[in-house]
Amino acid sequence: MNIPIYLDNNATTPMDPRVLEAMLPYFNEKFGNAASRNHPFGWVAEEGVDYAREQVAKLIGASEKEIIFTSGATESDNLAIKGVFEMYKEKGNHIITTVTEHKAVLDACKHVEKLGGKVTYLPVKVDGIVDLDVLEAAMTPETILVSIMYGNNEIGVIQPIKEIAAIAHKHGALFMTDATQAVGKIPVDVNTDGIDLLALSAHKIYGPKGVGALYVRRKGPRVKVTAQMDGGGHERGMRSGTLNVPGIVGLGKACEIAGQEMESEAKRLSTLRDKLEASLTQLDESYVNGNVEHRLPHVANISFKYVEGEGLMMAMKDLAVSSGSACTSASLEPSYVLKSLGLSDDLAHSSIRFGLGRFTTEEEVDYAIEVTKKAVTHLRELSPLWEMFKEGIDLDSIEWAEH
Amino acid sequence: MAYSDKVIDHYTNPRNVGTLDKSSHKVGTGLVGAPECGDVMRLQIQVDENNIITDAKFKTFGCGSAIASSSLATEWLKGKTVDDAMKIDNMDIVEELALPPVKIHCSVLAEDAIKAAINDFRVKNGMEPIALEKTHH
Repeated sequence: MNIPIYLDNNATTPMDPRVLEAMLPYFNEKFGNAASRNHPFGWVAEEGVDYAREQVAKLIGASEKEIIFTSGATESDNLAIKGVFEMYKEKGNHIITTVTEHKAVLDACKHVEKLGGKVTYLPVKVDGIVDLDVLEAAMTPETILVSIMYGNNEIGVIQPIKEIAAIAHKHGALFMTDATQAVGKIPVDVNTDGIDLLALSAHKIYGPKGVGALYVRRKGPRVKVTAQMDGGGHERGMRSGTLNVPGIVGLGKACEIAGQEMESEAKRLSTLRDKLEASLTQLDESYVNGNVEHRLPHVANISFKYVEGEGLMMAMKDLAVSSGSACTSASLEPSYVLKSLGLSDDLAHSSIRFGLGRFTTEEEVDYAIEVTKKAVTHLRELSPLWEMFKEGIDLDSIEWAEH
Repeated sequence: MAYSDKVIDHYTNPRNVGTLDKSSHKVGTGLVGAPECGDVMRLQIQVDENNIITDAKFKTFGCGSAIASSSLATEWLKGKTVDDAMKIDNMDIVEELALPPVKIHCSVLAEDAIKAAINDFRVKNGMEPIALEKTHH
């Protein structure tokens, strides 16, 4: 077992050696520009890209013509939201999303608002799931797009995508989903799910960083987005720029492997995750955040009350995890996702996200359990809040000095 | 962001963790911060008849820098007179622990905790609390 142990697979994943192997020839011997149509160097590169396009399409039940390669999910989200807003402005100017989306979606929506668009940010229920009645009530004749993530990056909660898509379509809007965390982890099918646009990224599925894709539906309806970058008109005019051939080949291979191993991996990871969660919730005053039924197989987000997340992570120094605590960012605001679930600030500060992955072993999970338990116990001995709790003092009755 | 060796040392081997009898008139208790801000410090001093701090204890809910700041503060307080303890400045803590700018608030909190403990002691013993100016850097 190698220390430190990587349990932050929602942030990024290590590359699968099989992906690296597939990519390597495209750095040197097959270095051509995929847009060079008049010589074998270009043809070879283009072949690699075409094959990757099929691999990506297959994983999400799409046709290869519907895949637009980008630099990652952030770009895909931006292209989808801003691109739809520009393309469909004659039809309407209203977009619906949720408060628990990734910043790439939220900030693209804010940009749209600056351009005169209207955006509704739907709340979520305490378990992190969108209330379909609230969504339905927010739909207007002006609504052109509903953008709701597939699986949440912090808590792993999976939204009722099919039902959401049906509501969007009933009211004549397109449905887009940021599926960065879900693709390759659980079955995603653009046709059964009713998805019109979908963002995905390679580095969350054991592929390279700096490459991703946007699925854009071609039939029923034929969806178009206005390009956000001007240039050579690559990717059916929707995304200019010389294709990142090695990256794209890597994304394709990562998708292929994910498709083959998804079923067994999901089972293995959810078993390990359940073990981790069951052991850690044996600690007093520890709570799992988010819906525990509808969620990704590899994520556990747990709040350990009366200890602060960053301090806790420091005691778990052999584990690479992340926290919803403010102290990890410059903003001093704890996780907006956890706060959207109605969690109090102190519980949000006390949260740790464990993200298991393809290379996580049971031995590592056992070790993580031991380290975490020790760390929580240690920090509670240091915590005045824990002492007060044990003495039966109601912490809400104290007038805390804000600072 | 990497922590300095001194922060890691105080965090790993915190000095003077614990609780003094807060009902004793010799003990001053300062409780500062707020759970929703992610840090709460409780710092206690025990003062003898010569106005010397003979013991200091802390408990802190917070990040590594907050824990280290309060641990360091208790170390510095022991043996000092109450008057000298009032002179401890948050920037001394910043320097000693090499805290980065985003962690300066941890040192501010430690200074606040020292002053709150001293004032609690003063009030308990019939003295006026010292008016605190906001002199933080």
